[in-house]
Amino acid sequence: MKRSLQGPDAVRYAAYLFLAPAVGAIALFFVVPVLAALVMSFTDFDIYSLADLTMLRFVGLRNYAELMDNPLFWKALGNTFYFVLVGGPLSVAVSLGAALLVNARLARFKSFFRTLYFLPVVTTLVAVAVIWRYFYHPRFGLLNYLLSFVGISPIDWLGDPVWAMPAIIVLAIWKSFGYNMLIFVAGLQNIPDQLYEAARIDGAGAIQAFRQITIPMLAPTSVFIVIITMIGYFQLFAEPYVMTQGGPLYSTFSIVMLMYDQGFRWWDMGYAAAVAFVLFFVILAGTMIQLRIQRVAMT
Amino acid sequence: MRKALASTLLHVTLIGGAVVTLTPMLWMFSTSFMSLGEASVFPPRFVPEHATLEHYVKLFTELNIGRYVLNSAITAVLVTSISLLVNSMAGYAFAKLRFPGRDRFFRTLLAAMVVPAQVTMLPLFLMMKNLGFVNSYVGILIPGLASVFGIFLIRQFTMSIPDSLLEAARIDGASEVRIYRTLILPLLRPILVTLGLFTFISTWNDFLWPLIIMKDDSMYTLPVALANLSGEHEQDAELMMAGSVLTILPVMLIFLLFQKQYVRGIMIGGVKE
Repeated sequence: MKRSLQGPDAVRYAAYLFLAPAVGAIALFFVVPVLAALVMSFTDFDIYSLADLTMLRFVGLRNYAELMDNPLFWKALGNTFYFVLVGGPLSVAVSLGAALLVNARLARFKSFFRTLYFLPVVTTLVAVAVIWRYFYHPRFGLLNYLLSFVGISPIDWLGDPVWAMPAIIVLAIWKSFGYNMLIFVAGLQNIPDQLYEAARIDGAGAIQAFRQITIPMLAPTSVFIVIITMIGYFQLFAEPYVMTQGGPLYSTFSIVMLMYDQGFRWWDMGYAAAVAFVLFFVILAGTMIQLRIQRVAMT
Repeated sequence: MRKALASTLLHVTLIGGAVVTLTPMLWMFSTSFMSLGEASVFPPRFVPEHATLEHYVKLFTELNIGRYVLNSAITAVLVTSISLLVNSMAGYAFAKLRFPGRDRFFRTLLAAMVVPAQVTMLPLFLMMKNLGFVNSYVGILIPGLASVFGIFLIRQFTMSIPDSLLEAARIDGASEVRIYRTLILPLLRPILVTLGLFTFISTWNDFLWPLIIMKDDSMYTLPVALANLSGEHEQDAELMMAGSVLTILPVMLIFLLFQKQYVRGIMIGGVKE
């Protein structure tokens, strides 16, 4: 009776079969944990519950209330916002600048430079953080050595609460700008040459053409880039974990570090789940705002 | 004249950018061959006086790095091969197999990408602990089994395969599984290579989940081991650089060998809207 398994029904069953492993894995190891984390954030899940689940108590919104009263939470949230709001736009700007450079009409060896600039993206963040820690060394570091030529006296980059976050931002930009650069290059190459030619005939200069053609034509690409960059930057963890352990004076302590410390060092998992959900809502709000700005700008 | 000036300026900037991009990596390579203490001098040195392999030897003989390389390699290969199969099946179904609510379901999956992975990690750890998968390769690969990004990438690529090809195979009486195995998979080869590269490199570089799930020293992956070593051996810049070389070099070589295939993934992923 093979005929009965022909046609739309057969296709439908095949679809379910092909989807089953992926959907099963996503349901079991993503959807269920997200819901479980939400439930956990309303409990006092701690090291005792870890040993014996009957110790678990529902505490309503207590974890969130305690979080609001915790100065370290506000510090971590502030630091994370600093990293996202300063590092994110700078990183997008550097990516756009690099894309314009490697895509310039006059540029030679384009693909060579493109590959080179992309190289940091595939490197291991932890290893890169280790390297840069020595760059920032107050006595032997390359950065202070170079700055000494322009008369700047040594700065303890990672040991000074004022400079530690900027130092991490510079590293993060170095590590990640190549990715967005490539997306911008693709966006630039999608802009028809005729537009620029028409502008030239109308007597527009390079800067005018950039403002009137390049920027508006790149808008959809930019929204995508800004959103993925923001989501990634909100998850700051490995750089401070390796370079500063969140210090000095908690000046580089991030939201994900707070979650990791509370959850996996002190096993205060209910509290840590609340931290994770705050991160989620912040990212969600940020994404909504970006999409809103795009919609308003488009109309 | 003006054009020559612009061109010079452009290339000076391009080369300047290249120097900034490359310096940390060249310094890492060079320092890894310096003898102990040579990197901690003023002014900084760029070339070792007497190149030595002592740090590499120490990493392998005393610091067990062979084991970490092996753990990283096993994890990355397992995640890559399993997730390629799982994601390609799902991506193909979303692109070519009709069922009610398909596109809405797919959009829901895409929307789920705003949920940061960190949210899942606490319950996921408890789940792995109850199943006895802490400190195991199974535990480390679980979150990487399926990825929405991977499904998306495969779906975009599969949509360019003409439907008439599938119809012809169906009329010939081929089963859906057979169509997927003998017709679709070979056609998907380029995108499978791309997704495989993405998955391999990002799994190799991954830090937070391996840090959480691999509690036992012998199960560390390279990034976890390196972060751990850098705490104990902060003063040994040369040793740490040798460790960084061993961590970065494999993925860097893979990228340089397959960069065209890798970059295609970013283009498909980035130019969707």
